[in-house]
Amino acid sequence: VNFEGYRRPDGKAGTRNYVLVIPSVGCSQGVARDIAQGLREVVYLPNILGCGQVGEDRMLVKKTLVGFGTHPNVFSVLVVGNGCEQLSPQEIQQAIVPSGKRVEVIVIQDAGGSRKTTSLGRRIVKEMREGARRLNRDPVPLNELILGTECGGSDYTSGLASNPAVGAACDLLVSEGGTVILSETPELIGAEHLLAKRARTPEIAKQVLEAVAWWEQKAMAAGENIRMANPSPGNIAGGITTLEEKSLGCIYKAGTGPLEEVIPYASYPTKKGLVYMDTPAHDIEQLTGMLAGGVQIVLFTTGRGTPLGSPIAPVVKITGNRDTYLKMRDNMDIDVSRILEGKEKVNSAGKRIFEEVISVASGKVTKAEKQGQRDFCIFNMNINI
Amino acid sequence: MGRSTQAIVINEKDNVATALKPFHTGTKVSVDVQGRVEKIKLLSDIPLGHKFALKDIGQGDAVMKYGEPIGYSTGKITRGEHVHVHNVGSQPRGDLR
Repeated sequence: VNFEGYRRPDGKAGTRNYVLVIPSVGCSQGVARDIAQGLREVVYLPNILGCGQVGEDRMLVKKTLVGFGTHPNVFSVLVVGNGCEQLSPQEIQQAIVPSGKRVEVIVIQDAGGSRKTTSLGRRIVKEMREGARRLNRDPVPLNELILGTECGGSDYTSGLASNPAVGAACDLLVSEGGTVILSETPELIGAEHLLAKRARTPEIAKQVLEAVAWWEQKAMAAGENIRMANPSPGNIAGGITTLEEKSLGCIYKAGTGPLEEVIPYASYPTKKGLVYMDTPAHDIEQLTGMLAGGVQIVLFTTGRGTPLGSPIAPVVKITGNRDTYLKMRDNMDIDVSRILEGKEKVNSAGKRIFEEVISVASGKVTKAEKQGQRDFCIFNMNINI
Repeated sequence: MGRSTQAIVINEKDNVATALKPFHTGTKVSVDVQGRVEKIKLLSDIPLGHKFALKDIGQGDAVMKYGEPIGYSTGKITRGEHVHVHNVGSQPRGDLR
């Protein structure tokens, strides 16, 4: 089975074809926004970091920005620097060059202020866009697709309908040789041993447990015992009995396959099948990390509804809550509430979602894209100096 | 009202169903278990979103949902009984010790 995608010089394939404007530092974010303003197929990252991060955080910022620049959904890149930042635009440019795509740098302090930089930048991205428009979609095997899973604004329908249905869709993609990313480690707590049991090797199982322990200790140091605070009294009143049950509802959305690999934030998977990325549960930081790791399409389950979207990839919203679907039609893509009415089987809803994945990967526009929802936030482990 | 709209079983290995509406003690609920409809008489009131046993569960046996153990029975649970914090214990930590 194929989807229709854009082939890149490095051999990867994208589901979208954007010209991307990356502010290497928060100070150039406004100019980056103005450069992309009103130009279809040109997007910018609302990045506020790039100065003041130290050690592993500086590394994460660079890795994430470079991950977006090299992403297969991006045709070419303009990096906008201010001129005195710690993470220089040239450093980002050099790391994107090996992908084979065109990447240019402009610097506000050199170009002579916001207006001059903006008009220079707009000339460059319009020229890049001409190139992008000449590129056509080609058939790409589904085994080149990396699909990210995410949940947010969950309610009782999430664990019963949308997560199992997305899980069934993920199993179909894995059976086609594709890759599925599961993440948000804090929401794994309580069911980590059940995911670890599905690990391909004991080493991978150990990495799952270590990832959970890291987050648990980090939260503990901040005064929050995640394990003891869950399930909450509200969860229990709603019928959730144990922490395993709560976390399983979350894990289930990535399907039932063996776990092939555990990767750090913003890293590319090296295996196909089910892969775990160690990210926060913060929706936008998680989304950003998965995209920097090459995810070309995201399935997002929600009960209460959320408008979340990404600058460079389609995010498909799936809800099992009929009221939410009707109330938030301009945000919700797929309604699986019929599972709860006994009128649709989980597997047939999964098949429907799987087919939607192929359509959206091939160009069908999602609600979040229609709304121009372009969320971006890089995960920080420590303080900004 | 469709016969299978009353409760949902997520995985074939599950020994509990989740109520899709609130039920009173004594109600006979139809549940679709692997394509076979079973009538289960409820032995307790079951609020919306809460679980009841599809079969007898012995003390210490795994309570299965999503095809995975979500906890262990702390006493004998009878088919049709409410399955919740009063008769299920958590054993979330299979690691780190």
